[in-house]
Amino acid sequence: MSKLPATRSETVFVDAKPGYSPVQALTEANRCLYCADAPCVQACPTGIDIPEFIRKIATDNLRGSARTIFDANIFGMSCARVCPVEVLCVGKCVYNEMDVPPIQIGKLQRYATDAAFERGDRFFEAGPDSGKKVALLGGGPASLAAAHELRRKGHACTIFEQAELLGGLSTTGVAPYKMKADRALEEVEWVLGIGGVEVRTGVQIGVDISVEELLRDFDAVFVGLGLGADRLLHLPGGDLAGIRGAVDWIAEIKTDKAALGGVRRAVVIGGGNTAIDTVRELRGLGIPEVSLAYRGAEAQMSGYVHEWSWAKVEGVRGVFGAQPLAYIGEGGAVTGVRFARLDAERQPIAGEELTLEADLVLLAIGQGRLGELLGETEGITLERGRLIVDDAGRTGNPKIFAGGDCANGGKEVVNAVDEGKRAAIAIDLAFGQALCGGEAT
Amino acid sequence: MSTIVSPDLTANCAGIITPNPFWLASAPPTNSGDQIMRAFDAGWGGAVWKTLGQPIQNVSSRFGGLHYRGTRGIGFNNIELITDRPVETNLREIAEVKRRYPKHGVIVSLMVESRDEWQDLIKRSIDAGADGLELNFGCPHGMCERGMGSAVGQEPKLNETITSWAAEFSTIPVLVKLTPNVDNIVPHGLAAQRGGADGVSLINTIKSVIGIDIDNFVPLPKVDGRSTNGGYCGPAVKPIALHMVSSLGRAPEFNLPISGIGGISNWRDAVEFILLGSSSVQVCTEVMLRGYRVVEDMIEGLTEYMRRQGFANLGEMVGRAVPNLSEWGDLDLNHETVAKINPTSCIGCQACVVACHDGAHQCIHPAEDKSVRVPVVDESECVGCNLCEIVCPVPGCITMEEVDNGFAPASWNQHAEEGLTLRPKKGVHT
Ligand SMILES: Cc1cc2nc3c(=O)[nH]c(=O)nc-3n(C[C@H](O)[C@H](O)[C@H](O)COP(=O)(O)OP(=O)(O)OC[C@H]3O[C@@H](n4cnc5c(N)ncnc54)[C@H](O)[C@@H]3O)c2cc1C
Ligand SMILES: Cc1cc2nc3c(=O)[nH]c(=O)nc-3n(C[C@H](O)[C@H](O)[C@H](O)COP(=O)(O)O)c2cc1C
Ligand code: SF4
Repeated sequence: MSKLPATRSETVFVDAKPGYSPVQALTEANRCLYCADAPCVQACPTGIDIPEFIRKIATDNLRGSARTIFDANIFGMSCARVCPVEVLCVGKCVYNEMDVPPIQIGKLQRYATDAAFERGDRFFEAGPDSGKKVALLGGGPASLAAAHELRRKGHACTIFEQAELLGGLSTTGVAPYKMKADRALEEVEWVLGIGGVEVRTGVQIGVDISVEELLRDFDAVFVGLGLGADRLLHLPGGDLAGIRGAVDWIAEIKTDKAALGGVRRAVVIGGGNTAIDTVRELRGLGIPEVSLAYRGAEAQMSGYVHEWSWAKVEGVRGVFGAQPLAYIGEGGAVTGVRFARLDAERQPIAGEELTLEADLVLLAIGQGRLGELLGETEGITLERGRLIVDDAGRTGNPKIFAGGDCANGGKEVVNAVDEGKRAAIAIDLAFGQALCGGEAT
Repeated sequence: MSTIVSPDLTANCAGIITPNPFWLASAPPTNSGDQIMRAFDAGWGGAVWKTLGQPIQNVSSRFGGLHYRGTRGIGFNNIELITDRPVETNLREIAEVKRRYPKHGVIVSLMVESRDEWQDLIKRSIDAGADGLELNFGCPHGMCERGMGSAVGQEPKLNETITSWAAEFSTIPVLVKLTPNVDNIVPHGLAAQRGGADGVSLINTIKSVIGIDIDNFVPLPKVDGRSTNGGYCGPAVKPIALHMVSSLGRAPEFNLPISGIGGISNWRDAVEFILLGSSSVQVCTEVMLRGYRVVEDMIEGLTEYMRRQGFANLGEMVGRAVPNLSEWGDLDLNHETVAKINPTSCIGCQACVVACHDGAHQCIHPAEDKSVRVPVVDESECVGCNLCEIVCPVPGCITMEEVDNGFAPASWNQHAEEGLTLRPKKGVHT
């Protein structure tokens, strides 16, 4: 992609789960038991008919296989790479019940969708023009999935994105050993290939254009703004150079060449998936000493066990029961972090402190919420910055719908896609009802 | 320490005695003396030499495979003919093999046309040291167009006549190899018996088209853009072969020994053929695909089986399953079984639910509690058809359990002739 420098840091990574060759895919596909009412399907937020797409790989109906996937999930190509399948579909494969290795659903999905993508297959057409216009706020997976579904139903779409690149965290957040930014952008383009989606990048909602204006100019508004910036810790020494938010840093290695020249020791603070991704990325970029420091015990980490196990294999050190007290620095740059030792109840143990030396400190303790943007809007309810929606993505305002991280509080790409699609269906339904209502009066 | 007495695997099929019942069928694995000696070294008890006759010219390509769900070669077909090597070469090698392996069985397969040719080739085979002859009345392609092979096997009169020539000329046992390309095998076995054969071998290959190149519209295997029907064999034909072997095994007027052939891939298949009346078994496809080495497991598996069953020698097991074959009309209609699902081994795939709903009698249902994946069998509707047990991927998870319904046994024939009462039907959904 022209917008991405070829020298960006992420390019050194190789796929942690490489794609299948045709024989590998066939061998795996032929193992599938073709379950009925399959548990793997139930475990997929987008409900892809997994046994069906696998059967189609086995019969060499690759195009049909991809169609089955994309029909349920237009981001099937990236989900195949980035979904935590171990806790979703693959985790529910019935083979687990027999202690037989479960079907590698993600790899098979990647095989089918990559093949379709390489061939340039297209599966969906825009519906006949409905005359309705929808504004989509944010250009991440939630808005893109919503826009695609809305286009299938013939509604005009405009996406407003503050950044220059589309794809949201799918482009700038996902670990490069799962998927690199160029693939994410290619996928976005492929999704937008349905046509009729106006994209306005570099436009910040709330600054360049207000929600009120959008409500005035569009028939419906979908909010897919994701989460806000990294949360930081307000501790002594917080101004020192070399202290950053983890998501911000990840975006840099994914889209640019990060300056890591002087970094030998890095400390990542947090115990979730962003923290685990960050330590693995640091190791992958050649930082010799990488530590993850977390307040709770190892077993309490909210990040996935399988990802943390890999991090340890890759040489990451875990420091648990450690609460940051202050940053230490020299000459304006950070040199370490001082921690209080916590007991099992997370209470500081008097007199027990710990210092980790660090040239780079990345904070992965969560992201802010963007709710304030809509806080004043009629009918909108916020819960700790999260937009409250029903199952169909409806807010209390009949013209405003929402999905993805801004509504679910931060889950996965697959949830954002599912919620975006469901909101699009609800918008379409609302348009239909409005039309019927109009005719009746 | 008690000594374990090993069962005796020595086979005697129509007077041809071999160290074990495993023979290579007449086919590419028995093309040459070199190959057969390697096979004997691997453990094969006998070999039926690739059919001798007027050397032919073969086509390329020759074989086709049937692949299913990732398993290659569950079926196999070929359009090759009998040996393409000179008779003299074959006979010289037969003599050499017999000189070096006197205890192993060398059976020479023959296919020629005139009485004189039969006489000549039989004499020369016996002179070379053959332990037995096999008359190839089975090849279903190419040779039959020239009035040989299955063209003979399909005509009982012709079969009887040529068999009688062989019986007349031969001083060693004569087997007649039957073709399965007939509607009822019994008259053909009887024709061989009348002709004076010492035994029969069956089956040869089944007429088939193995597949089509769907991009170029050409049947397989391709010979310069065209094809022809071939002979089908391999694991997929075993049920057909078993039926034919059992038909002869059951026919009261048929009393020749049988050499069983068709889809034998392992010791278990061999046991099945023996239990239906085969006193030796022949293997082609499995060896073509995996080599002579497969015999090691066959011998071991058979030995273990015999030991487990307490059979001291093969004679004790030949035909043991034959008495349990009967006409449909004599089966007990009041015998009732229902499917039981073992909830601890069930993995919740619900393959049985779909199969029973769409392919049987709609009586396996998902549990009412959605969090439970183990399905429920409605035993009042289950007809005991086995479909669920067949589709279940967990061995032993679904079993068919007998139900005591209080009805005395009654077959259709007994019902029709003696008026015995039949139990009410299940799963009819009237
Ligand atoms: C480090 C990290 C790694 C992750 N790894 C995975 C993974 O491996 N697998 C997985 O499934 N999920 C992963 N996720 C989660 C996943 O990326 C998100 O759940 C998903 O991207 C949410 O989609 P979204 O469209 O709701 O929001 P986002 O992807 O966050 O998109 C929101 C978009 O809105 C834009 N925006 C925000 N405010 C404004 C504004 N005021 N005006 C205009 N535009 C605005 C943003 O720039 C952004 O492009 C990860 C997340 C992070 C942080
Ligand atoms: C390539 C090939 C060539 C064969 N040639 C002969 C032959 O020359 N004479 C013969 O009697 N049977 C021939 N057969 C049939 C086999 O001997 C055997 O009867 C048949 O393949 C069934 O056994 P299987 O299922 O173990 O292969 C041939 C089979 C194959 C596959
Ligand atoms: S035995 Fe047949 S009828 Fe009975 S439950 Fe199984 S599939 Fe259904």
